Amino acid sequence: MPNRVVNILVPVISVILGLLVGAVVMLASGYDPVAGYAALWNGIFGDSYTIGETIRTITPYLLSGLAVAFAFRTGLFNIGVEGQLLVGWFAAAYVGIAFDLPMYIHLPLAIIAAAVAGGLWAFIPGLLKAKLQVHEVIVTIMMNYIALHTTNVLIRMVANGKETTAPIKETASLKSAFFESMTDFSRLHYGIFIALAMVLVMWFILEKTTTGFELKAVGFNKHASEYAGMNVNKNIILSMVISGAFAGLAGAMEALGTFQYASVKGGFTGIGFDGIAVALLGANTPLGVVFGAVLFGALKFGALNMPNAADIPVEIVSIVIALIIFFVACGYIIRYFLEKLNKKKEAK
Amino acid sequence: MSFLEVLYFIIPSAIFYAAPLIFTAIGGVFSERSGVVNIGLEGLMVMGAFIGIVFNLTFVGTFGAMTPWVSIIAAMIVSGIFAIMHAVATISFRADQTISGVAINMLGVAIALFSVKMIYGKGQTDYIQERFIRFDIPFLSDIPVLGPMLFKDVYSTSILAFIVAIGAWFVIYKTPFGLRLRAVGEHPMAADTMGVNVTKMRYIAVILSGMLAGVGGAVYAQSISAEFSHSTINGQGFMALAAMIFGKWHPLGALGAALFFGFAQALSIVGGQIPIINQVPSYYLHILPYVLTILAVAGFIGKAHAPKASGVPYIKGKR
Repeated sequence: MPNRVVNILVPVISVILGLLVGAVVMLASGYDPVAGYAALWNGIFGDSYTIGETIRTITPYLLSGLAVAFAFRTGLFNIGVEGQLLVGWFAAAYVGIAFDLPMYIHLPLAIIAAAVAGGLWAFIPGLLKAKLQVHEVIVTIMMNYIALHTTNVLIRMVANGKETTAPIKETASLKSAFFESMTDFSRLHYGIFIALAMVLVMWFILEKTTTGFELKAVGFNKHASEYAGMNVNKNIILSMVISGAFAGLAGAMEALGTFQYASVKGGFTGIGFDGIAVALLGANTPLGVVFGAVLFGALKFGALNMPNAADIPVEIVSIVIALIIFFVACGYIIRYFLEKLNKKKEAK
Repeated sequence: MSFLEVLYFIIPSAIFYAAPLIFTAIGGVFSERSGVVNIGLEGLMVMGAFIGIVFNLTFVGTFGAMTPWVSIIAAMIVSGIFAIMHAVATISFRADQTISGVAINMLGVAIALFSVKMIYGKGQTDYIQERFIRFDIPFLSDIPVLGPMLFKDVYSTSILAFIVAIGAWFVIYKTPFGLRLRAVGEHPMAADTMGVNVTKMRYIAVILSGMLAGVGGAVYAQSISAEFSHSTINGQGFMALAAMIFGKWHPLGALGAALFFGFAQALSIVGGQIPIINQVPSYYLHILPYVLTILAVAGFIGKAHAPKASGVPYIKGKR
């Protein structure tokens, strides 16, 4: 079996295994898996409204997946997407509320603010990794909590002590009257075009530029890259900043598209952590991230229909997603079995 | 409030909040000392808290006042079994240890919430009736100054946490088992050559870390939150991970770091009642442990070295 096919088969098998184990869990807990998955299906594709909301859910997943995947390509594990998303969310909402500008300046400004905020938040772990060889996983986890507390304080300040800010100005909104009329007033917004454009941007940076080549080289082998004259430290920081910028944009999608405000949070959104799942499933390639985001975004939104339609807790989908990551992580054993299967066939 | 009264007030609360972190951080020390990174501590703690509460609610009629202790044992067993998943993935299937840990975290929360909704039909459990209670240690609590600071109103779980930490230090540094454990984490191939079973040692260490994290979660749930919901364990596992790193992968270091984090947590919660501290916005107290951890790993508080083979799967015959 060619390597390419195996690379595609591993995530596909993982998804199937994840769904199967999910069905077993439902069966063992006394629920009807067929009714459960039917409710999930209807929750995703039921009518134009659910389709709109599904795409709306996919939008930030695309960006958080890109963020994780981009850092992975340089050999960095950015668990801090969640925190970068939160600061991006706040930055976009703040610009959206505080300024009065014509739309063609205001909207791009709010979006760029989110990307810059996310990038800056990721700059710190990048710098520490490059200069002091501090493991980025620990720093980004800690930065998540700092982001949560910091944005909560800032949001209270902007909202004059209240828990939720005023809505953003219309000139900074990604709201789409056209999509609303098409999807029975779902919250689907123009952000999906930005997310898809970023998929192209990531592909372009990685495949068509010298910078991208260097970033990937550092990911493959730091020492070889250094020997070849590349500035490893600069590339590590750059990779984290670009990754953080993607994460910040995911926050902008929530601030300018879905919610149109920022609010104090008791915990994390989970979009950043699910980005890890998206990136892993997509093998850290731009196109793979699209598939990963579509699958997980759809699963997450569709699951909301499961308690009503089949009386099954929504968490079943989180179990399935966690299992899928687990199986992808155990790719070695799936590859091993595929190879064995292949050898048997060749022997015949 | 005099300075002494402040100490009488804050030190017991610090120890109280530190206890679950101590258990979990010691679990982390075992796992990482054997060369397996365990980011899944958070998920294992969630599992422990969930089992602890459910067991407590279900069997309170059978075990009466002993219920919290029996619940801890149940949580320890279930979390230990849950950790086998991480062990199989990282040790036998050579999965990326961080990614497997992330999956464990997500799975722990998902399974716990799914089960709570299935069993109780709502997102959170009822409050438990039997929880850990404070008591005064006879004689010791009569010592002036130190007595009211350390031995009055203590939780037996806090004492157990200290015992576990010191016990872990003894096991890791003073026994043949500990020597092998550290050898496997520093240089598995050398250990293998000397006849140490690397796979077995790592399995034992990861299961131990799961058991201790389970105890940590159950202690937290049964002494601090008294119920289980989505926000019961909200980052304590990561705090324990941080305490382990802050403590330089040493059981007593982890104990000290956990106590310090407990102190910071106690300050942010009860600080409003203490003069001077109540002038500091709670925001700074909230982020203090995280900022300190970043500073610690950045080497401002002395360079710390992780076990050399930490995070690397051991493949026999590979150089």
